[in-house]
Amino acid sequence: MTEQSAGPGYAAGNGLLDRRFFLKTAVAGGAGLLSAAVAGKEREAWMRVPGAGMSESGAPSRHTAHIRRVGVSSKPGTVGSGVSRTPLEHLDGIITPSRLHFERHHSGIPDIDPGRHRLYLSGLVERPLRFSVDALLRYPQVSRIQFLECAGNSGALIAPQPRQQSCGELHGLISASEWGGVPLALLLDEAGVKPGAAWVIADGADAAMMSRSVPLAKMLDDAIVAVSQNGEPLRPANGYPMRLFLPGWEGNMSVKWLRSLRVTAAPAMTKDETSKYSDLKADGRADLFTFPMAVKSVITSPSPGLRLGPRGLYQLSGIAWSGAGRIRRVEVSADGGKSWAEADLDEHVLPKCLTRFRAAWDWDGGPAVLMSRAVDDTGSLQPDRAGVLAGRAPNAFYHYNGIQVWAVSADGEVSNVYA
Amino acid sequence: MCTPDLRGLLCLLLAAAAFAEDAPHLGEPLSAAEVEAIDFTVLPDGSGLPPGSGDARAGREVYRAHCQACHGEDGQGGINDVLVGGRGSLDGPAPLQTVGSYWPYATTLFGYLWRAMPYNAPGSLDNDELYAVTAYVLFLNDIVAEDELIDARSLAAVVMPNRDRFDHAWPPR
Repeated sequence: MTEQSAGPGYAAGNGLLDRRFFLKTAVAGGAGLLSAAVAGKEREAWMRVPGAGMSESGAPSRHTAHIRRVGVSSKPGTVGSGVSRTPLEHLDGIITPSRLHFERHHSGIPDIDPGRHRLYLSGLVERPLRFSVDALLRYPQVSRIQFLECAGNSGALIAPQPRQQSCGELHGLISASEWGGVPLALLLDEAGVKPGAAWVIADGADAAMMSRSVPLAKMLDDAIVAVSQNGEPLRPANGYPMRLFLPGWEGNMSVKWLRSLRVTAAPAMTKDETSKYSDLKADGRADLFTFPMAVKSVITSPSPGLRLGPRGLYQLSGIAWSGAGRIRRVEVSADGGKSWAEADLDEHVLPKCLTRFRAAWDWDGGPAVLMSRAVDDTGSLQPDRAGVLAGRAPNAFYHYNGIQVWAVSADGEVSNVYA
Repeated sequence: MCTPDLRGLLCLLLAAAAFAEDAPHLGEPLSAAEVEAIDFTVLPDGSGLPPGSGDARAGREVYRAHCQACHGEDGQGGINDVLVGGRGSLDGPAPLQTVGSYWPYATTLFGYLWRAMPYNAPGSLDNDELYAVTAYVLFLNDIVAEDELIDARSLAAVVMPNRDRFDHAWPPR
C-alpha cells in the first residue's frame, strides 16, 4: 500500500478513506434515522391496511423483480447449450440466491426422475456399486459455503477493446452457495479403490453426458456429491438430484446430474478437457488440467449501469475469491493504481468462498479510476490484465483473473476500461 | 506419478477409511453386465470403445444426414464448431482449434459423438454409424484415408497431428 497522494484522514489517493470509516460513523447515522421517524405521525398507504397473506413459496419484491440473470445466451441451433450469468452488481454479501446462480449447460437441463436416477461407481474398485438417491441421502453429509466459477468467467476481458457491459455480464459466471452433500471419500472407500487408481471419470445424466476426468486425490480430499444448495434440494439447473462439487476448481468439473464415476489409472481426455477447457499458449502449445481457479476480485458497486449521484461519500463494495484458500487482503485504488488502500473484509472470510470487501470513498466529482486487487492466504496476488495475457494465445479466454478497471466519469457513468 | 503424490494419496485413503466406519454402506453391487450397459468411458488407449466399424465413405452419408446442418459442408462454415482446418494456425494471430488442428486423441472424437451427438438425438446412431462418421471427420482432416476401416483397434492407433503439443498442469510440479 502506498500513500502517495492521500491527504489527512485519507487512506489513499483520490478520496479513499480509512477502511473502518463506516463503522466509526454508524452510530451517528442511526440516531439521525430515529429522530426523523418520531418527528411526524404519518402513515403511508401500506400502513393503513393489512398486508398480503402468507404463501407456500416466496418471491422477490416487485420492486426488485428486475434483478435477474443476465447475458443469457445459447449456441446457434440450441436452446440449452450456453450460459446465464449472476447479476453481481445487484447483489450483496457472499451467498448467491439460488434463482440467480449462474448456469452453464452443454445440452440443456434434464428432467430427471429421482426414483430412477442412480449413481454408478465402477472401474478400478474392488466392489462396483450403484446408489439410489434415497440411499445416498442416508449417508453422513457435510455442508460448506463455497464459490463455483466457470473457467470461462471474465473471458470477455481478452477482447482487444473493452466491452461495455455490466459487471454481471462481464464477470457473472461466479456464484457462491452453501453446498451440502456426501463426501466422495466415503463412497470410494465403500467401493474399495484398487492400487494404480489415479483418476475418476465423472459424467452427468444430461443429453451430452458431459464428462470430465478428476484426479483421485481431489476426490478424496474435499469433493462431495452435492444434494442441497442454500438449504433446499438442488434445483434442476444446478444438478438435481445430485452433482459433483469440487471446491475451488473450474466449474465445468463439478459435473451436474452426476450419474457415473469411473475410477481409472489415466485421464479419459474427454472433449471438455482437451478441445475445451484447455489453455492455448502463444507458442502454439497448450496446457491441459489447469484445475484451480486463481485469486481474483472485482468491485461490484459502483460498476457499469450503476450511475453515481452527486459527489460525496460512497461505499465501494465487491467480491474476492481464490480456489487456493482464503482471501488474506483486498486493496482498492481510486486513482488507477497509483495508490492503494486496504479494504475492509466482511466477517465471513471462508476458504474457497466469496469474501465481501468494502471501502469508503469520498468522491470529489471528478474523473476517477477504480480498481481492486486481492491476495490469498498462499500469498498469490491478483495480476493485472497484461500479466494474465502474457504468453497466452490471442483467443485463450479461460482462467482470466486480471484486475478489473472501472473508469468513473465526471457525470457519474462507470465504464469498463483497460489500464 | 512421483513418490510424494503416492504418499499423499495413501494418507487420504487412510483418512477416508477412518471416516467411513460411520457410513451406512448402502451401495448395491453392480454386475459386470450392468457396468457394461451404463459406462461410456473411452480412454486414449482404446479401452471402452465398443464393437463396430466404418469408413469415411459411409461416414459421409451419416454426416450429411445428422451433422452438416450445424457443422457445415465438409466440417466448415456451419453455425457451430468448425471441425476441419486450422493446421499450422495455433501459434499465429488467429488460432483455429479444430479436430484436425488441435485435438490430441482420436478416441476423444468417438467418445464425444457416442455420448452427445447428434445434438438433438444423442444415442440415435449405431456403433457402425458412429465409427463411420468419426472416420469421415478424420478423413476431412487428412488424418485417415477415405477407405480406411475405423474400429476400436485402428482408432486407438491414429496419431493426431497435434498430440505432442500439450503440457500437463496436473499433477502440480
